Amino acid sequence: MANALKSITLRRLAIATVLVMAAGYALAFFAAPEDADQGFIQKIFYLHVPLATVALCGWIVAAIHAIRHLQTGDPKHDARSYVSIHISVIFGLAVLLTGAIWAKGSWGVWWEWKEPTLVSFLIVFLLYATYYPLRYAIEDRDRQARYASVFAITAGAFVPLNFLAVRLAQPLIHPRTFSSAGGLPDSMLFPFLVCLVGMALLWATLVWFELDSKAASANLRRIRRALEATA
Amino acid sequence: MIPLLALQSADRYVAGAYLVFLLLLLIYVAIMAAKLSRIQRELGSLAELAERRPPGEHDVGHFRDREREVESVREETHREEAAR
Repeated sequence: MANALKSITLRRLAIATVLVMAAGYALAFFAAPEDADQGFIQKIFYLHVPLATVALCGWIVAAIHAIRHLQTGDPKHDARSYVSIHISVIFGLAVLLTGAIWAKGSWGVWWEWKEPTLVSFLIVFLLYATYYPLRYAIEDRDRQARYASVFAITAGAFVPLNFLAVRLAQPLIHPRTFSSAGGLPDSMLFPFLVCLVGMALLWATLVWFELDSKAASANLRRIRRALEATA
Repeated sequence: MIPLLALQSADRYVAGAYLVFLLLLLIYVAIMAAKLSRIQRELGSLAELAERRPPGEHDVGHFRDREREVESVREETHREEAAR
């Protein structure tokens, strides 16, 4: 398993992402039947729900890295936590936008403030949007990383709590995601799962890409300092 | 390309949702491409800085010369010991 993980490179991951996503969306559009109730607009489901699931899981991954950072003090875990939050915030923004478009098409409104699923996701998204000002308000690098980790753990704990609270609340119009996915026929469930795997691969590719870019910038800064010190 | 007006209402919403996602992805890729080109420029300027530096104490070539010197002395000592 460890050797298999080591053999994965960013290039291979990116190729796998493209293949799985292409397969997933081809299945969603050409193989999955149209929803009897919603019709063609239900195709947004294959984009919106995987995005939301992966964004929420990404915030939990960020919390796990933050715990490891506080345990070990290793800055690489802080970088992983930061990048996981960053990519999940982008996915979260996509969830809100695609959700609003779907809501307008299905319910006739862009947003419904009485719906707990929508409002709770917005709260979680806005919570993570405050991560950036909090992080960059602190100048000292060590303190910045520690405080950011504490934030990532607290907010990460809020994600499953929020998920549970929404499931306990009375739904207004938004269906409960996993109970509805559980009730999907196989012809819809399989494309959905392929899209979900593709979206998770996309998240991992973007995280890896950004981490590599950050590592390259940090190495360049180190080389410049070393060259300037010996010049 | 399908004209937007020819699309039915549901098709327009589906196309809109997928286009919004693609647009976000494209914006992210464009930002990362800008970062990558900045890294590339920085690397170029560092390469120039490294080339301009006179060979000195910290030069890699200097260490290689010393290594060769040490190696030749070591071989000479080894030969002398073998001859004895």
